[in-house]
Parts: sequence; C-alpha cells; structure tokens
Amino acid sequence: MSGVLRGATAIVGVGEAGIPVLSEGATPVDAMALAAVRAVADAGLSLKEVDGVFAAGLQLFMPTLSLSEYLGLTPRYSDSTQVGGGAFLAHLNHAQAALAAGLCDVALIAYGSTQRSGGAKFVTHSEPNPYERPYRVPGPVAAYAMIAARHMHRYGTTPEQLAEVAVAARAWAGLTPGATMREPLTVAEVLAARRVADPLGVRDCCLVTDGAGAVVLVRADRARDLARPPVHLLGVGEAVSHRSIAQMPDLTVTAATQSGARAFAMAGLAPAEVDVLQLYDAFTVNPILFLEDLGFCAKGEGGGFVAGGRIAPGGALPMNTNGGGLSYGHPGMYGIFTIIETVRQLRGEAGDRQVAGAQVGLAHAPGGFMSSQSTAIFGTAATL
Amino acid sequence: MTGVPPTDRPDLSTLSPRARFLAHCAKGELAFQRDPATGRAIFYPRMAAPGSGAEHPPWEVSAGIGTVYSTTCVRSRDGDHNVALIDMEEGFRLLSRVEGTAPDAVRIGQRVRVRMRTDDGEDPYPVFDPVTDLRDGAR
Repeated sequence: MSGVLRGATAIVGVGEAGIPVLSEGATPVDAMALAAVRAVADAGLSLKEVDGVFAAGLQLFMPTLSLSEYLGLTPRYSDSTQVGGGAFLAHLNHAQAALAAGLCDVALIAYGSTQRSGGAKFVTHSEPNPYERPYRVPGPVAAYAMIAARHMHRYGTTPEQLAEVAVAARAWAGLTPGATMREPLTVAEVLAARRVADPLGVRDCCLVTDGAGAVVLVRADRARDLARPPVHLLGVGEAVSHRSIAQMPDLTVTAATQSGARAFAMAGLAPAEVDVLQLYDAFTVNPILFLEDLGFCAKGEGGGFVAGGRIAPGGALPMNTNGGGLSYGHPGMYGIFTIIETVRQLRGEAGDRQVAGAQVGLAHAPGGFMSSQSTAIFGTAATL
Repeated sequence: MTGVPPTDRPDLSTLSPRARFLAHCAKGELAFQRDPATGRAIFYPRMAAPGSGAEHPPWEVSAGIGTVYSTTCVRSRDGDHNVALIDMEEGFRLLSRVEGTAPDAVRIGQRVRVRMRTDDGEDPYPVFDPVTDLRDGAR
C-alpha cells in the first residue's frame, strides 16, 4: 500500500489567521474559518469544491460540524480525530486514504483557537483523571518537566542544551514576519527566566496565543492543474502509546520511533535525506527526544546534537524555521503549523528564512503527554 | 453464591475499580491489580487487563515501598509543590507527590514509602515520604 500512497496526494493550499491575538469576542470558529477560506483561496479552489472536512480542537466539541455550518460546507467525508496537538498530521493520514479511495476529492484540514484572548474563559472538554486530580498537575508542563528531568538524569542532558532549542527558535522567529516573539534571546536569559516546573522555565515553554491554520489536500493529478506548486505527501506515520504521563513506558523514549519509521518507510527515505524539519516544540525538551526517536541522532545524544547552532539559522539541520511554538505562536495545539511551515519551505516562499534548495521536509507533532505521535514527510515534485 | 451479602461493609467483588481502590485507601492500603495471565502489575485499576483482556483482574495490596522515577517542583502563585512518578516494588507506577521534604529536594532514585492522605477534603489518596530507615535506604 505504501507504494500506492507515496506522493499520491499533495497540499495545494495553506492559510493562517489570528496569531498572536484575535479581536475581542472572536470565537475559535471565526479563526478556523478565516484560515480555511485563505487556504482554499491559496489553492485557487472554491468552498463549494470542499467535500472532505477534518478538524480537531480543545474548545470545540464538534469542530467539523461547527466549521462546515459556518462556511456552508456539506462534506461527504468528515473526521474529527482528536489525538492532541498532532491530530492534524493524523488527519493527513486519514485524508490521503479517503482521497485515494475516492471518498472525497478536496480535503480541508483546519484548526482554530482563542486560547489567549479567551483567557480565563478558556475551557477544554478533556475529562478529569481521578488518579491525578489530587496532585494539582498544572496542565502538560509538569509531565514534560518530568520527561526532561528523566532525560537529564539518564543521559546527562543539561539545562543549557534545552535552552539552545529556545535560542535557535527565537533566531528563526527573527527572520519570520508575524512571529510573536522576535527579539534575540540568549541561553543565559532562558536559564534566568521564571521557573514554571523544574527543570523548565517560562522560556522553555511554548507561547500562549490565539491562532488558526488550515491546509487543503487533493490527489496529485488534480494538484498539477492548480495555481501553487504542489507539495506532495510522501509518507505519514501515526502511533499511540498512552494517555496519562504515568502510563508512558519510558519517559526518555517516545512513540515517534514508530510513527517516524512508518513515515520514512512509506516515503522510501532516510533522515539524512531530509532538508528541513518542523518538530513541535511545546517544550524545549520535545525536539531533543524527537531528533533521537526519528533517527537524526542516537538515543541520549539529542542534547549535544542541538547545541552549537546546528538547528539554528545557518546550521546544518534547519529546524522550526518559523520560530515554532516557542517563538512564532502557539494557539493550544500547534500541529497544523508544522505542516504549513513545511509547505512554505518546499514552495520556496519562506523569504529571509528560506532553506536554500529544500526538497524534502518533515513535520512531527506529539499529542497529550507524548501520548500520540504523528509524523509526515513531504517532497517537491522533483522527489516523486 | 448463597446467603445474604453482609451489609456492614462493601462487597468488594462488585465495586467499581475506583470504589474498590478508595475502599482500600480508607484502610490505609495502596491497592493494585495483577494480570492473572501474565503476572504483570496493573495500575490504575481497571475492569479489564491491558494486553491480555482478562476481565476483573485480581487485586493485591502493595507493601508501600517505591522509588522516585521522575520528579518536578511546580512553581505557582500558591507556592511550590512536588509532582512525581513513583515506581512501586511490585512493578507498577503511579503519579503522586512526595511530602516530608522540600518539593525541589526530591531526587530521582530516592526511596519512598506510601502514606494515605485523608485530611484535605479529597477522597483518600496516596502520597509518599522519603524512606529514612538506613536499611531500607540501602536496599
């Protein structure tokens, strides 16, 4: 089946809205709809051609229904798979299958959030866990702090190495119009920042912004006739390992080992062939684990791997080239933006941050507490 | 299955996993389950065992000794508190809190002993204290 799906679909439109903050009273559907119409327009398509709708959210209970109603869509195929921040990469997998099977012709994947402007009114429909509730676990940060602590204990990873991830992200954001945080950042500033959950400080944590993103996926034959250079989906992999952090088998190893292997197998590629990476950086430790688990470096060596500017502008392995969730924007779930930035890089439209000659891009995102992992590999027409 | 069930205590065989866990907590016991097919310890309590699918896996009571697998000190406006993952000697892991020491003084690998909190308006729940007994600590 891999041979059938490799390159069989392509992203032909992308759109964003609302980063860093929407106007007072705007809703998550407002933001998502705006990004969606921009993605459809970018593709040179019309809304009435959209017959597949994929969406997930923290604030919307039935996001595909809300978006379809808002925009007057009447999809014949819809999917609101919610596996956390990487849901939109999982949607890519489901959408390519639906497109290949002829169950839809134009797939729209979208997300929107008012996490920042919603402020105190922000709610999630995640259910409480009675075995964790008494311990006052403050959202995901405590779980990721324990992941970082365990990686440091096991492999000698240092706070300075974690900080390098944030510093590189900020340098990329400085090259990115519209990034939320663009002023230069140093390792010393990251280490001196307010502590949130040891060993993570506020600069090790993603931003809190509003925002929305959307992409349009069609079959490759259709993509050739459209306005934008098609960015082909070469491989996708999903994996699920747990729900709560207490059930993660080994805090230093994520199921990206599985999702990455599946994506690379479908794409017929190896890590050395990837030109540009977008690894969801909800916390600075995350890309370190993903670089190891996706095969860019050996297990335990991620801390040293990100040091010395390797992932920063001008480095050997350009990563999170828009500034990522740490500096570009982070509206609750960031996964859709790893796809959008990959598309911009492979189209060659990334301006000052463009990675010269980028042909193969990888997007990766976790969900929950490293609970799900989703990996997507894209290529230009030259990679088919 | 004859006779009338006793009415002066809960019938543990028919309680939900959560209710049975709490009934043990009320007695000062940290209860867990074990898969009858694989022998693997199970926590949190479930009606079906992961992997084997065995229904209503049998219960055991932990000896209460574990090791800190990972830990963090959460810094909040209400003050600092500890969150930790504890590996119990019986082979299961749970999320909890180490008390009886500074929240940022908890260390990975530290040996801890369970204690039931029943005093803060919650359902009873397990927390841990550092094991100070030298023989325990050296094991």
